[in-house]
Amino acid sequence: MNQGLLGIQGLRRPDIEVILDRAKYFQPLQNESFKRLDTLRGKMVVNLFFEASTRTRISFEIAAKRLGADSVSITASGSSVSKGESLVDTLNTLAAMRPDAIVMRHASSGAPHFLSRYLPTPIVNAGDGTHEHPTQALLDARTILDRRGRLDGLRVAIIGDIAHSRVARSNILLLSKFGVDIVLCGPASLLPRELAQIAPGVTLEHNIREAIRDADVIMMLRVQLERQHEASYPVGEYFRFYGLRLEHMELARPNVIVMHPGPINRGREISSDVADSQRSVILNQVENGISVRMAVLEKILQ
Amino acid sequence: MDPSSGFDGTADVLLVDGRVAGIGKDLSASGAVLFDASGLIVAPGFIDMHVHLRDPGFEHAETIESGSRAAAAGGFTSVCCMPNTNPVNDSATVTSYIVERARLRAVVNVFPIGAITKGSEGEELAAIGSMKAAGVVAISDDGRPVMNARVMRRAMETASAFDLPVIDHCEDLHLSAGGDMHEGLESVKLGLRGIPSCSEDVMVARDILLAEVTGARYHVAHISARNSVAMVAFAKARGLKVTCESTPHHFAVADSDMLPYDSNYKMKPPLRSKEDVHAVVDGIVSGAIDVLATDHAPHPGSEKMQEFEKCPFGITGLETAIGLTMDELVHTGRISLMKMIALYTTGPANVLQLKDRGTLAAGGVADITIFDSDRKWTYDVNRSLSKSRNSPFDGRQFRGGPVATIVNGSIVWQAE
Repeated sequence: MNQGLLGIQGLRRPDIEVILDRAKYFQPLQNESFKRLDTLRGKMVVNLFFEASTRTRISFEIAAKRLGADSVSITASGSSVSKGESLVDTLNTLAAMRPDAIVMRHASSGAPHFLSRYLPTPIVNAGDGTHEHPTQALLDARTILDRRGRLDGLRVAIIGDIAHSRVARSNILLLSKFGVDIVLCGPASLLPRELAQIAPGVTLEHNIREAIRDADVIMMLRVQLERQHEASYPVGEYFRFYGLRLEHMELARPNVIVMHPGPINRGREISSDVADSQRSVILNQVENGISVRMAVLEKILQ
Repeated sequence: MDPSSGFDGTADVLLVDGRVAGIGKDLSASGAVLFDASGLIVAPGFIDMHVHLRDPGFEHAETIESGSRAAAAGGFTSVCCMPNTNPVNDSATVTSYIVERARLRAVVNVFPIGAITKGSEGEELAAIGSMKAAGVVAISDDGRPVMNARVMRRAMETASAFDLPVIDHCEDLHLSAGGDMHEGLESVKLGLRGIPSCSEDVMVARDILLAEVTGARYHVAHISARNSVAMVAFAKARGLKVTCESTPHHFAVADSDMLPYDSNYKMKPPLRSKEDVHAVVDGIVSGAIDVLATDHAPHPGSEKMQEFEKCPFGITGLETAIGLTMDELVHTGRISLMKMIALYTTGPANVLQLKDRGTLAAGGVADITIFDSDRKWTYDVNRSLSKSRNSPFDGRQFRGGPVATIVNGSIVWQAE
């Protein structure tokens, strides 16, 4: 049975709590001069990235190495993928080399779920299309916990292109399990009405000021209007109606934190003064990425 | 059981020289071959008016021969093949190839459906009259619907003059662009782009209005959305010559029943919501839906074994149609066995005006479907007679299924 991590969907709250607790245990290690454990010595993790990514790939690589595992990374360009090999064939070839886990990012929703039905090797989903990005949601939860000490009862506003965001989906599913009041906000064309039923505690809002009102956490999403399949929203007025600016901060709770999965588009979805403000925990998220991914890899490989 | 006459009884059926000679008690004929159908249902030959035989052009997926064998194994004595071959069946030449190939290789009757436009490109009308002379029984640009309403109007006028029905795969390609499954909560959950019900509805609405203007016989292929079913019922109430078909998968499976990211659940129109499935079943019960057809769409495993978004649309269906219909509609008490038979016989025969088909009346063609309404059997896709394996019903147990198929008086398939 494949015991990887395909999504937040399928995890129970206690499973998530175990990972978040373990990630907290790993946090101090990041400040040690000798950062390496050997709990996964002799294990091999393959990072298979069919879609360009720097931070997530590096984060997984570092996480594996800090646990003493060996880690190799393959990107789609320059591999057999660009020579027309099918996904199943590529993965079967890799599996024959007996890695202990495959960390995979793919542009197609469900690609790791589809493969997991044919492969014995555990797969960690590092982002599949517009579906899920489970380790991002876990590191976001760890970051909120570090600042707030709890998730239950918080109000979290997620703002941007929700429809195409795997970060949003995984966060919604995770936060919902912890009784968080989740407000999703974005242009109507990027905020399908069905999202209101995707999990308990979700409401939809088209006005950013209303979404931010009394929020404990503001999660901004990366907006790439020019990369969408159609013109869902006029690029020129996105920032005016959905960009996060300093003037919005007073609507939120006094100690509100601002999050972003990165890389940020300054002046597109978030203003520089907010991104660089004391509210911003964007770099804490990056740091927690390593601790959380260590916890995930350890859970799967040990 | 013969819906064309309403006959329902235990009797002998005598077939002579490829024709039905009569139905009655204790019929005898010297030298006749006896087929013992005790305890079984003997019905007019089932007609599947919507299949893809992939021949010419895509013979790695299916051929006229293999598709016809799968049809026979599903209890069908006649199939109508859609024109999206390569080349497209948009001329008498291609129609003649199909007719001739079927004569040589097919074990069931094959009635081609011609394209509406040249190359199914939606611009210039195909050689509709010549195709009719060569044997087409309807026209359709199935899968590549005519988006230009003016072209569709001209097609309906032309088809009307040649007394051919126009079949439309109703999909507004702008609304459905990029979609991989039904747009709704499930697609949002799975992060897949949606094909909204309204992409079907707006085309059904357009076509019904054009059918009224032109007086054409108009048939909606594989209807799947509840508003579309309602509009067809409305058109019928207005006395228009509008008919429609549903597929077994659209009355049997909803989007929430899909195995996530399994391409054997990917087809167009997509599996819709539970509400749509209920509306389709209600439409079958009420008579808004005239015909059941499979939309048998074979694809080789290599094309279906990839990322969901990359996989082609379509599933096979010939061999599971009777089982699904019995399970979902007859054994559930929604329709009678007689009605079920009508949906596969008189229904399509009326839409396509196939003379002497879909009936056991004396003088009719000796096409007979013999099936069991109660036998339990399990579908094993690896034993399918189709060249393709893309069915979501592999391993499913059915109650009721085909036993023997007789075409033009000869047994062409028999259950083991």
